[in-house]
Amino acid sequence: MNLTLKVWRQSGPNDPGHFETYQATDVKDEMSFLEMLDVVNESLIENGREPITFDSDCREGICGTCGLMINGQAHGPQKGTATCQLHMRKFTDGETVVIEPWRAAAFPVVKDLMVDRSAFDAVIEAGGYISADTGGPRDANEILIPKTAADTAMDAAACIGCGACVAACPNGAGQLFTSAKLAHLNLLPQGQAERWKRTEDMVETMEMFFGSCTNYGECQEACPKEISIEFIALMNRDYVRSKFKNRKLLGQK
Amino acid sequence: MSITLDPKIPAGPIEERWTSHKFNMKLVNPANKRKFTVIVVGTGLAGAAAAASLAELGYKVKCFTFHDSPRRAHSIAAQGGINAAKNYKNDGDSIYRLFYDTVKGGDFRSREANVYRLAEVSVDIIDQCVAQGVPFAREYGGLLDNRSFGGAQVSRTFYARGQTGQQLLLGAYQALMQQVSNGNVELHTKTELVDVVVKDGVAVGIVTRDLTSGEIKAWSGHATLLCTGGYGNVFYLSTNAMNSNVTAAWRAHKKGALFANPCFTQIHPTCIPASDEFQSKLTLMSESLRNDGRIWVPKNFDDNRPPDQIPEEDRDYFLERKYPAFGNLVPRDVASRNAKTVVDEGRGVGPLKNGVYLDFSESIERLGSETVFERYGNLFDMYERITDENPMKVPMRIYPAVHYTMGGVWVDYNLMTTVPGLYALGEANFSDHGANRLGASALMQGLADGYFVAPYTVGDYLAGLLGQPTVDVNDPAFTSAVQNVKDQMNKWISIGGTKSPDYFHRELGKIMWDNCGMAREKNGLEKAISEIRALREEFEKDVRVLGNADGVNQSLEKVGRIADFFELGELMCRDALMREESCGGHFRVEHQTEDGEAKRDDENYSFVAAWEWNGPDTPQTLHKEPLTFDYVHPSQRSYK
Repeated sequence: MNLTLKVWRQSGPNDPGHFETYQATDVKDEMSFLEMLDVVNESLIENGREPITFDSDCREGICGTCGLMINGQAHGPQKGTATCQLHMRKFTDGETVVIEPWRAAAFPVVKDLMVDRSAFDAVIEAGGYISADTGGPRDANEILIPKTAADTAMDAAACIGCGACVAACPNGAGQLFTSAKLAHLNLLPQGQAERWKRTEDMVETMEMFFGSCTNYGECQEACPKEISIEFIALMNRDYVRSKFKNRKLLGQK
Repeated sequence: MSITLDPKIPAGPIEERWTSHKFNMKLVNPANKRKFTVIVVGTGLAGAAAAASLAELGYKVKCFTFHDSPRRAHSIAAQGGINAAKNYKNDGDSIYRLFYDTVKGGDFRSREANVYRLAEVSVDIIDQCVAQGVPFAREYGGLLDNRSFGGAQVSRTFYARGQTGQQLLLGAYQALMQQVSNGNVELHTKTELVDVVVKDGVAVGIVTRDLTSGEIKAWSGHATLLCTGGYGNVFYLSTNAMNSNVTAAWRAHKKGALFANPCFTQIHPTCIPASDEFQSKLTLMSESLRNDGRIWVPKNFDDNRPPDQIPEEDRDYFLERKYPAFGNLVPRDVASRNAKTVVDEGRGVGPLKNGVYLDFSESIERLGSETVFERYGNLFDMYERITDENPMKVPMRIYPAVHYTMGGVWVDYNLMTTVPGLYALGEANFSDHGANRLGASALMQGLADGYFVAPYTVGDYLAGLLGQPTVDVNDPAFTSAVQNVKDQMNKWISIGGTKSPDYFHRELGKIMWDNCGMAREKNGLEKAISEIRALREEFEKDVRVLGNADGVNQSLEKVGRIADFFELGELMCRDALMREESCGGHFRVEHQTEDGEAKRDDENYSFVAAWEWNGPDTPQTLHKEPLTFDYVHPSQRSYK
């Protein structure tokens, strides 16, 4: 198949950026979307033009490095699929495909389709962990975890940190990402000691970088791991409780 | 340079070596730890675990990754699980059995003492990860679940759905980020190592390139840990991530670190067959699939019927037929080679006849589709996204692909390379897997090295440096390294040839796969060496890198890595040529038993081949570290 690509080009964070149009010819069904871009890049290089900068690494949908707005949809048209796992059989001959970087204030463009997602690391740094220095722990089977709790924690922990939730959100909110990590850790017995401090710190750090959640639900639709917005409800509940609990823990009523 | 390879294996019975070694190592008192700077390169399982653990101890850690976040390291893609000798299943597992299985699985080319230590600390890894909140699979009673994995007859593999690597890495990443927030780790993302700096024979720091600004910068430290993964991407098509490379290990090699067993490459049996020329990488399907899937091909050549119309009597379950005891669970090298044999015979399946079937229909009948889907659902989804076929209905098609490299930087028992102060951890080193790695052992080794080995052994080295400051980054050792790097970058840009870096990488990969892949022979290897040289010459004259060095430039990043792959590829072929035997993942066509199994030569090749760099135009010198087996006596591996 042959496609017309409208690709966002931006030489750096301070460049206003613009669309450029390229022809992708002889695209095969079995190609992944990024392989299609690889081929376009090869031909750009052949013609002495700088290739399109985009991020990708594992190309198995697990590292979370890749992420493109494809025809206005984060990671493109296939539900539950990261850009690298999207295959060209989802497109039709003659189609025009618009390719943009993640669009969110918290993710400034570095170059072309590459963005800076370090705000996510800042949220994790604020409390997205269970303190357990190396070497101290007791035997793993001394902590009994009901299968359902472990499974739900795993559902949340499946987040790959790609940022599609933020890119898809009209407000550029970071709730789905933050709540997934909070749910993972707050649901487990090991995570209880730091639960309330973690919740308060992570939510408030998130708010420094991201927009507010107004329940559009676009994040859940765009998520390549299909993480549920129910975790946002869990986070909101824990956040309210944390305001009381943390005061109590400090000895104040 | 005269080099004596001293593995520094502690004396005494194997069960007591690590314990007594830990006691004998020097300690650094807590107030002095903060005076030491440790550089950790790479944030996969080994790097993130080591950086977090060293920072918890109080060392000043500077941690570098070329990814935009430490969580993206390729450890994240490991699917199946992590081994540990917990014996929770009461099925006869023990530290000794894990040790025994690993030495045997490695085809008697690993160092016994290292492997024993690995098995010993495996149990601590599970405790550590559970404490961090890694959501391992559980049984209904709340206890940890286990499954069996290729090459083992006990269930000792812990797993988190098909995303075990992801969950373990996130655990280590979170521990690392906690140390970043405490101010104990200075984290540099999007920063790639481009050189290792050695002064008076000692590692004193590194040179990096900031992948966003293009800035070349020197960093000084008392010790440097390379946790930079394997080099499978020398084959271009592998299951490694697009950006995985050998550069850190290779630049260390060129600064004096010996490179060991480079030809020991693991070809993973269960990957999705390639579909065409544009393919950028291969996707692995966890070999846990082999627990419930049965591998077969049609008995007859040119049987073009769809799989469900081929009756039982016309199917050849070749692994079950040849290896009744282990069946579909034979080690990876055995499974891979047998798949290659049937495909080479012309009995391959799929449009390009380049795969074998992995069939779940019998399991679905036995266990119910719900159970099978619960176990492998995410893998099936992944497979369907790529191939448009549903494995619940149609058998999967699989074929071997390069997956892991057992070879790597030579290290002693302390994980120190031949350059004092320079360490290599995880897949980047060579030490624990011999000529073949067992399934679910890579995660185990990365975390063992990072959490439980390096924090002790690095301390022992640092204790001897008390009172010494780090070398000033304005020292000529650093400034000349920085200048060399800048000159090299400018050279790549100024070539202005006609072909993209990827073109050369693809061509190199083809030479490597055809001649230094699953089966190797003398003529092919010799031919490969001359072809690699010719291609390299063309590469240095005709590669085209557009843009400049002062900002994001992905072609410039690639070209340097590919240059290192060229040198490595040649060494791999030379190593394979030197090793006149078959062992583990290294199969020399000239050395096989009558029924086509690998034939080792313990009398002449029971050694680690460690190669010393002699400059760009002189072949490396071979040094041998003899291997002795006092506990697990070498035998012909048999999985019949």
